[in-house]
Amino acid sequence: MSATTAKPGAPVAAWLRALLPLVLALAIGAVILALLGRDPVLFYTNVLNRAVLNRSGLQETLVLMAPLLLIAASLIVCFRAGLWNLGVDGQFLLAACFASAFAAGWVAALPYWPAMLLLFGLAALVGAAWAMLPAFLKAQYGVNEIISTLMMNFLGFGLSAFLIKTLFGDPEHPAPQTTMLEVADRLPRIGDTLIHLGVVFAVAVILAVHVVMTRTAFGLKLRIVGHNPRAAEHAGLNVRRLTFLVFAISAALAGLAGAVEVLGVRGVVRADWHPGYGLLVVPLVFLARFHGVAAIGFVFVFAVLSIGGESAARRADLPNDFLLIMMSLILVILAVTDYVASRAGR
Amino acid sequence: MEALFTNAFLIAFVTGTIAASLPLLLAGLGEQMSEKSGVLNLGLEGMMLVGAFCGFAAALESGSFLIGFLAGMAGGMAVAAMMAALCVAWPLNQIVIGIALTLGMQGATSLAHHVLYSQSFPRLPRQPELPLPLLSQIPVLGPSIFTQNPVVYLAFLLIPAMAWLYRSTNIGLNLAAAGSKPAALDLAGVSVTTTRVCAVLATGALGGLGGAYMANIGAGLFVPFMTGGAGFMAIVLAMLARGRPSWVLGGALLVGFASSITTALQVAGFNIPTDLVLMLPFGTIMLVLMLFGRRAGLPAALGLPYHRGAR
Amino acid sequence: MPEGTGAATTEADRRLDSPLVRLSGITRRFPGVLANNDVSFDIRPGEVHALLGENGAGKSTLIAILSGVLQPDAGRIEVGGRRVRIGSPRDAIRLGIGTVYQHSTLVPTLTVVQNLMLGQRWWRPLGRAAALARLEEVSALLGVRVEPDALAGTLSLGQQQQVEIIKALWRGERVLVLDEPTSMLTPQGVEELGQVIARLAAQGFGIVFVSHKLQEVLAFGHRVTVLKLGRKVGEIPPERLSALSPAAATAEIVDLMFGRGASDAAAPRRRRSSIRPSAPLLEVEGLSAGNGALADVTFAIRPGEVFGIAGVDGNGQKQLAEALAGQLPADAGRITLGGQDITTLSVARRRALGLSYLTDDRLGEGTVGSFSIGTNLVLKRVGERPFWEAGFERPARITDHAREMIASYDVRTPGPEVPIANLSGGNVQKALFGRELAQAPKLFITNKPTYGLDVANIRAARDRISAAAADGVACLLISTELDELLELSDRVGVMYRGRLVGVVENGPDAERAIGRLMVSGA
Repeated sequence: MSATTAKPGAPVAAWLRALLPLVLALAIGAVILALLGRDPVLFYTNVLNRAVLNRSGLQETLVLMAPLLLIAASLIVCFRAGLWNLGVDGQFLLAACFASAFAAGWVAALPYWPAMLLLFGLAALVGAAWAMLPAFLKAQYGVNEIISTLMMNFLGFGLSAFLIKTLFGDPEHPAPQTTMLEVADRLPRIGDTLIHLGVVFAVAVILAVHVVMTRTAFGLKLRIVGHNPRAAEHAGLNVRRLTFLVFAISAALAGLAGAVEVLGVRGVVRADWHPGYGLLVVPLVFLARFHGVAAIGFVFVFAVLSIGGESAARRADLPNDFLLIMMSLILVILAVTDYVASRAGR
Repeated sequence: MEALFTNAFLIAFVTGTIAASLPLLLAGLGEQMSEKSGVLNLGLEGMMLVGAFCGFAAALESGSFLIGFLAGMAGGMAVAAMMAALCVAWPLNQIVIGIALTLGMQGATSLAHHVLYSQSFPRLPRQPELPLPLLSQIPVLGPSIFTQNPVVYLAFLLIPAMAWLYRSTNIGLNLAAAGSKPAALDLAGVSVTTTRVCAVLATGALGGLGGAYMANIGAGLFVPFMTGGAGFMAIVLAMLARGRPSWVLGGALLVGFASSITTALQVAGFNIPTDLVLMLPFGTIMLVLMLFGRRAGLPAALGLPYHRGAR
Repeated sequence: MPEGTGAATTEADRRLDSPLVRLSGITRRFPGVLANNDVSFDIRPGEVHALLGENGAGKSTLIAILSGVLQPDAGRIEVGGRRVRIGSPRDAIRLGIGTVYQHSTLVPTLTVVQNLMLGQRWWRPLGRAAALARLEEVSALLGVRVEPDALAGTLSLGQQQQVEIIKALWRGERVLVLDEPTSMLTPQGVEELGQVIARLAAQGFGIVFVSHKLQEVLAFGHRVTVLKLGRKVGEIPPERLSALSPAAATAEIVDLMFGRGASDAAAPRRRRSSIRPSAPLLEVEGLSAGNGALADVTFAIRPGEVFGIAGVDGNGQKQLAEALAGQLPADAGRITLGGQDITTLSVARRRALGLSYLTDDRLGEGTVGSFSIGTNLVLKRVGERPFWEAGFERPARITDHAREMIASYDVRTPGPEVPIANLSGGNVQKALFGRELAQAPKLFITNKPTYGLDVANIRAARDRISAAAADGVACLLISTELDELLELSDRVGVMYRGRLVGVVENGPDAERAIGRLMVSGA
């Protein structure tokens, strides 16, 4: 147990606090479904069947978790340091774009693992580079990073689309997209499952981030800056250098998420691809109170709803976006129960 | 090249700029009020979407654009009421709730559209325009700026109106105090909660109106997710505008101008990639930040819930 | 002007005698502490009623109840003879009670007149003209001048307080409550405040003056009530107070606050000099920083010497501390520590060379409130052995270290894992003393070490500084408390408008010399 991180509530109570609102939200969702004339029990059963109880479905769920966990790790690093890197989507996309552009070529020209490592390195570098301007503005001039990172997002989307339509595009393909990385060349899978190494990598990374943030001197320095930048100065920390480091690490992790998604699953980036994972992961990370293990749990639930919900919605003749309502309900109820519980505990 | 400067073209260009800027202007003005009072309203995108859907549905059913706009405002206010209940009356995290509301409303409007209109795909008739007497005779500007839907004139009138509100009324004082030092407002005997709730509701109304404009006037129909990040753009514009409504206009026009100019350049035969041109406004904002961004001038209490008597 | 003694003979006199506000049997609890225990007192027109007590005596709670921020659990409040309930700040204003809090309640981004207009009904017109007229009126009542369109954030602390007093009396309030009004003021400002209070009392206002500073209570108060641990332990009415000499009054009040025999213990004594006969440890030459906030400062401190820095708050003292510590870059000049030029070194490097800085801003800068005491005690040593090995934390060692510190520095706390913001100010300061001194620094810089502390903790802090000096540490003591400087310092430098305008050898005439330098720079 760390001396520098506060102990959370007793584990059992914590699990209850997480599960109860989930159940409540699902109940409200059931009511909505009923009002729409759909069978809620059938819907939820479909969700579970598709995403968890089905062998390949569970694998898909885990595969979806890979980029989400890396983005969660990215957000944990910067949020704990008190910095709002809301540019993860732009960093993710640009990094994915670059990795995908060079993937087929490098895999053909170099031995496999060095090529992969280089591609991951490239993605991390591109992601980090895209955050350097906001980092500089924040560290040097105290410019609000919410604005600057959001702007870099839009710029990143535009640049990525432009690059795919020009330099990085596959000339043989009619629609604008990068050169496809053949399935055989994507990240190797475990046994005969769909689970590629990127999933394992992502879990390892988020756990490592958690340990670093809660048990190491570096993590403590970041947390000091996050809680009280003036105290950080007073304590002799180099806040400017730490600001740069935080942005770099956070954005690099977002970049790695892009690489994992491209090299492990899609193999290609289309010019109009906008998964928008960042926006979805931000609330999850908040609700996990920036705790790495809790984040894994919340991301898992979200992945289940995504994968299972897509199929269940289709069968119930509902748009896929019905799930957004569910997500929203869960978030709100979780925030409310969190608040009520902390009030009761005082 | 000559094609660029024909009257018809210029009229279309200016009209296009206004059409693109107006939702941002309305939503930005609304968000500015929230932020002044200390509430960071990330649910704005959701308010705009609900406003767009309600505005479209109401206009379609009733045949009246006016009813459509009113419905849009009401829809936006309904979402704002949720934001106010959870983040002002209760001190829940404004960022989490804001994003949750945006996601939820994206889903809800998509669902509603699917249930009601996915088979029929109805469209609204062309917008009614109100040419202003005399002014609409001016070449180029007349048919473009001064021949618009009344909502456009209303939006432009809002700018000085809100500036007056902030500068010369008790409401303006209360908003500034609520965002800068809420304890002072509380001790003066004014309810911080009420002030903030009213600001958030006003944001919902204006955001909803902006969304309704997008659907009814801009597009003539509703498509799920049609706001496409306009709400977040408006949030950034409000943050950069340093409390001045006229600066929100500036920012909105900048973005509208950029999106309008892509078509213009293509017509003129310049083959500048659309993507790069669309990046212009964001690039400009980054430039502004670099040159002038030192002190953002954001209200001190922005994003923080208020507790009376807290240490 | 004290109230007349003897029975009131006419109806008018009786009305004059009857209190504006009467508190009876006020009791208020918080989890774990009984803040007010059956407290009763009156506020009479034309009388300055001083409420005196240590930190934790219940003064702030009482003020909060009077101003409507808190409600009592038991007891009654009467205003003008009628029983009332002060349920909110608005109620207090309505009942004619104006409060000036210890910490500014002005909105810094609004002008003076805007701040004064705050609180009007929202549908009413702003009424700037009427507000300006009222400002004239109330300023005349107080005898002060304020610039109506100045931004509140740009005013000096004394001026801000004047605006706050105007605000408190804005709607015709007849009762003025002042919570620790002199804590942030210059000696000049204190004098001006005293004049304002006297003027208001002469015009029939009822004034409550809360403080823990004896001299000011005796200077301004007509009636003194002493609170101790939530109870009222004594009241000295005007007739008795005016009859006692200042020394006798002091003794009586101190007895009330601390029990018999404490009055002798409170008197300060000059500490024995412990200057080592070696080369100066700290040499400062022509130091300028903060764009003129600090200008051309030159002095030196030897090991074992306590060098005091006197001066009205805001004349560059904070900048001096920060420039020496490395938090503020030097614009010109040189700083030498133990023969080594440290002018361009970072905060961390200077600390490693033996420079220790105890900031006055305990919660804003000195600690991270939500972190545990243990973490805060090693906050300046993140990553260092033995608390971290290869970058990884050793929680047991941090906790053990914390226990040791808590014991040797007498920090009252349930344990080392408690968030440091839960501690009282005095205990936070003790912990910080521990953090800064336990590393055996060569130079110890402390800014306002006893600000906001009660008598027992003040004594403990001053003893620590004495002990450090006796151990050979060179001490830079920045303080606004003259008696503190005179007790501890060997020499006192006076800061005026960023310059060191004079260095006075501590002795019998020191006080006068220092005072003159502080006020006029000459």
